[in-house]
Amino acid sequence: MRESIWLKRFLIFVAASFLFVMLIMPLLLVAKEALARGVDFYFKALTDEFALKALYLTIEATILAVVLNTIFGLASAWLLTKFDFCGKTFLGSLIDLPFAISPVVAGLFFIMLFGRMSPLYPILQENNLAIVFAVPGIILATVFVTFPFITRELVPVMESQGRSEEEAAATMGASGWTIFRRVTLPNIKWALGYGIILCSARALGEFGAVSVVSGHIRGKTNTLPLHIEILYNEYNFTAAFAVASILVFLAIIILILRNLVERAGKDVAEEKFSTDDKSSDTPKLNSPPKVAPQV
Amino acid sequence: MFGKNDVIPGRHLTLGITMTFVSLFLFIPLAAFVLFASGMGFEKFFTAVTDWRNVHAYGVSFFCALAAGLINAFFGLIIAWVLVRYDFRGKKIMDALIDLPFALPTAVAGIALTTLYAQNGLLGKFFYSIGIESAFSPLGITIALIFVGIPFVARSVQPVLKELDPQLEEAANLFGANNRTIFSKIIFPELLSPLLTGFALAFARGIGEYGSVVFIAGNMPYETEIAPLMIMTKLEQFDYQSAAAIAIVMMVLSLTILLGIHGWQSRQLKKIGGVVNA
Amino acid sequence: MTFEVQVKNINKHFGNFKASDNVSFDIERGKLIGLLGPSGSGKTTILRMIAGLETPDSGDIFIGGRRVNDLPPGERGIGFLFQSYALFKHMTVFDNIAFGLTVQKKSKAEIKKRVEELAELIGLKDFTQRYPLQLSGGQRQRVAFARALAPNPELLLLDEPFAAIDAKVRQELRGWLKHTIHKLGITAIFVTHDQDEAVEVADEIIITNRGRIEQAGVPVEIYQSPKTPFVAKFIGESVQVPDYTIFKGFDEYESHAGILRPEFLEIAAAIEEMPQPMPVTTEKGIVLGTYFRGSVIQIDIEVKGQLLRGFRGLEQTPLHEGDEAFVFIHKIYGFDGDKTQVIENAAKRRESVII
Repeated sequence: MRESIWLKRFLIFVAASFLFVMLIMPLLLVAKEALARGVDFYFKALTDEFALKALYLTIEATILAVVLNTIFGLASAWLLTKFDFCGKTFLGSLIDLPFAISPVVAGLFFIMLFGRMSPLYPILQENNLAIVFAVPGIILATVFVTFPFITRELVPVMESQGRSEEEAAATMGASGWTIFRRVTLPNIKWALGYGIILCSARALGEFGAVSVVSGHIRGKTNTLPLHIEILYNEYNFTAAFAVASILVFLAIIILILRNLVERAGKDVAEEKFSTDDKSSDTPKLNSPPKVAPQV
Repeated sequence: MFGKNDVIPGRHLTLGITMTFVSLFLFIPLAAFVLFASGMGFEKFFTAVTDWRNVHAYGVSFFCALAAGLINAFFGLIIAWVLVRYDFRGKKIMDALIDLPFALPTAVAGIALTTLYAQNGLLGKFFYSIGIESAFSPLGITIALIFVGIPFVARSVQPVLKELDPQLEEAANLFGANNRTIFSKIIFPELLSPLLTGFALAFARGIGEYGSVVFIAGNMPYETEIAPLMIMTKLEQFDYQSAAAIAIVMMVLSLTILLGIHGWQSRQLKKIGGVVNA
Repeated sequence: MTFEVQVKNINKHFGNFKASDNVSFDIERGKLIGLLGPSGSGKTTILRMIAGLETPDSGDIFIGGRRVNDLPPGERGIGFLFQSYALFKHMTVFDNIAFGLTVQKKSKAEIKKRVEELAELIGLKDFTQRYPLQLSGGQRQRVAFARALAPNPELLLLDEPFAAIDAKVRQELRGWLKHTIHKLGITAIFVTHDQDEAVEVADEIIITNRGRIEQAGVPVEIYQSPKTPFVAKFIGESVQVPDYTIFKGFDEYESHAGILRPEFLEIAAAIEEMPQPMPVTTEKGIVLGTYFRGSVIQIDIEVKGQLLRGFRGLEQTPLHEGDEAFVFIHKIYGFDGDKTQVIENAAKRRESVII
């Protein structure tokens, strides 16, 4: 199919304009509004006590969500790809469930579980444990919404790698940990990196679920996105955009990292490709790379 | 049968970790919700679900998400096409930029879009001057949902288009088929399935979306209230039962969309003899 | 003689890679031609240029006497069978076969008649409402064949038509395809890397290597008198020796590398077994290994430090590894630059003079 040069140009123009209006303009606007009252005000807004506390809480929740989800992602992907058991498909769909659930509804789940109408509530009260409207609730909600991310990246990759390498290592007497570290991990490291990046991005910016469970307590249960909401609703637009600019900055870093990881993965995959004979079940190009175990 | 013959170690360990996490983060919260919802009785549930203000909110969420999904299906197809088929300056940046809505917190997108499309905003000025309310209106909600849904269609169509066998087009070309025939008869049928997947994901995401919408919506009862906002409102009023009822309606909507599309695809695949993914 | 296809001085580069290097050949009407060469030898590129899917950098292509360089693929009057068939998986077998006719806006009745005719030809009359993925590999190939034939092309081009089919069905389809193409009287060119396939199916073979044509001709002729060392090595089984003048009967020639086919060797357990039992012309060797090859036994034997390979019949005295055996070399393909010539054992000629 050979399109005329004008059709090509027109389609590129349409795509570029759409993305400019929908994506670039909001970004530029954040920069413009953030600096609307000058650089001094900008830095004052950023170093505001509540903004910093919100930043710390956001980072705390993100790190915890990433660590927990990495452990879970690796374990569940190993389970789903290396073994057969009944209920496997069901488990796979269950892990994907948070994708189909609105973050607000997810937050609601935790309110139902730990809130005042819950049978657990009196017990929590007695022991002076606060979960919802407190930091643990925020972390739980963040883990919930990012739950499928890492598993989802790992499973297709590990599926396409098959089990033979691990089986070979096992028959040579390697322990589970050695097999994972020396055989599996080098094969999946880019996919894992990709999953971690996606998971961090979502955890950093989660709004709906966190909003439900936070209780909006300033300096205590506010993450950066919630802090932005408060500033915005107080008509403190410039401060809201100043704080938002941190998140824009982080988002751009995430996009760059994402691209680097993807390209690194692709390069290694292509290198492997060119030396391999064509076989019917060669992995797809965008599947992660296969590299020799590093000692 | 319980892994006695496994060559690869780790069955019990990974099963243990997985089940612990699934129970803690999925099962128990879900069970708490189901328990609570089932305890409220049908009558209360029915009243909450059919409350006119709530019904209106589902409608706004549903139709705005549908419109945004359709618009994204159209532009997403063009974006994927341009990125796979053409070479031009800035292509790599465009490719990276598509994922911005995944990386940018929705609240940031929400306030930026609101400022942009409000009456005195850069784009709002233009829309309001021709009599279109581009913020605090269903159109505003749709704009926010377009933003969050951009990556879905483009990213699901892109790999399929890339992997499409060029010989299919060559074969059609050899019979003298023109561009329109090649696109409509050969290429589009191959892209329909990923296009629908992307559309369904964007649609379902739109129904549940809160952060980017709540600022631009205006949140006027019977006009621009969305379903997730109703849940927030009910929670603030400590009306947990209504919140749960609305949540159920939303979950049913999203799951119907996702399963509906999945079912259609499975039927289609079965018809042409392909392998149905579990 | 009418030529259906004429290719004149075609050159084609992909970046620095020379895919076609001054390629010329003519193909007679009604012939089934095999384009044979190792992968990367440029055979598929030639086929794609004839089809119009690639444009040559220079040179001319004629189909049916008409220069087609500037014609789009759809107007060249060709049918093309892709290696992976490129069947449209969202269309039924009927719609796939009908596609070319639909594009030409033929009437419904005409299309139906032609499709049914072709479905009959390929033996899939009852399968027209199926989809490609519901068919076996061999059935898909036949559908692709019918689809290519539907608009009545003058010339049929087939790119590795049997590559995607498993070995057993392949054998069957080769015969069917050859028979059907001859029955239709159409000119056809097929690309393959498999010499057995080329020899079995083609009327004539064109051998390509590194973008050039090495040799063209009927299979027997190519096998018996290869013109270049590449052809000698590529067609048939062979072993190469760096200097053939070390062997008895060849010592009066100039020193050159040579190639021996198994049937050029006579291997005997005892000298009496030889057709011409003459010690002066017979070499002694040590058997390195014996391999059962179905109708014959392959013998690898070391003669004067060279590994040679020959066949013995199943009914002859068995040889074993380490046995001493006698070897008579009938002839050798000797290399002279990039030319090849057949060199007979001097003893044989002398004998024939005596007789």
